[in-house]
Amino acid sequence: MQIFTRRDDKTTIFDLSGDFDFVNSPVVRQSVLREIQEGRSARVVVNLSRVRYIDSSGVASLVEGLKASRDLGSRFILIGLTTSARQVLELTRLLKFFEVYEGEAQALAT
Amino acid sequence: MLAVYSNPKWLTVVRGAVERLAETLGFPAVDCGSITRAVDEALINIVRHSYANRLDEPIVLYFRRTERPHDGQVQKGLEILFCDRGPEVDPRRLQRRPLEEIRPGGLGLHFIRQAMDTVEFTRKGHTNRLRLVKYLAEANSVL
Repeated sequence: MQIFTRRDDKTTIFDLSGDFDFVNSPVVRQSVLREIQEGRSARVVVNLSRVRYIDSSGVASLVEGLKASRDLGSRFILIGLTTSARQVLELTRLLKFFEVYEGEAQALAT
Repeated sequence: MLAVYSNPKWLTVVRGAVERLAETLGFPAVDCGSITRAVDEALINIVRHSYANRLDEPIVLYFRRTERPHDGQVQKGLEILFCDRGPEVDPRRLQRRPLEEIRPGGLGLHFIRQAMDTVEFTRKGHTNRLRLVKYLAEANSVL
């Protein structure tokens, strides 16, 4: 899995690609939580458009990011959900808790 | 039969093999995805809970065709049996957690039970056995 991080004044975007699974999710989790907890951005965006596969540990990492953002009053946004990622979040009934946009432009316009 | 060590690096290999197997047996795409996810989550549970993240413990998966009577017909399916040599699993840890809470963890078993028609845990000798079965909805398959 690859993680690319982009930042501007208000927003940090994590572009993920590959398998967001048991092997890779600890690295994503650590990066996302550090960004949120250090308060670098008011808005953290996770781009899942190039994620091929997401398992329960990937979902758990997203939930931890969401909870940390809520605790610290920042926003945690998902964009580019593939069909597979959307299905997984729907199966776990977690999709409704996330702020989700189709793409980066929509997320940054809010 | 597929034998792997409990190193998570093999997960992606098993996922690829299981997805191709399910496709070959005639499962629709959505079932191929959910069967693959169930197998993946079952392996993760074995690695984490049975083997406490040790990397070199044995896990053996047996795949076989199965069938059951259903609505006056024979419904064919795929049975997957996981065997590991970890300590006996406490059945209380095998319950799905409620999904109404926003919290990480406990989702793997939910994926497994959601995907498969049969989920059975047993202990035989020194072996934990997890049996998963998924039946084909249609008779039109190569099973």
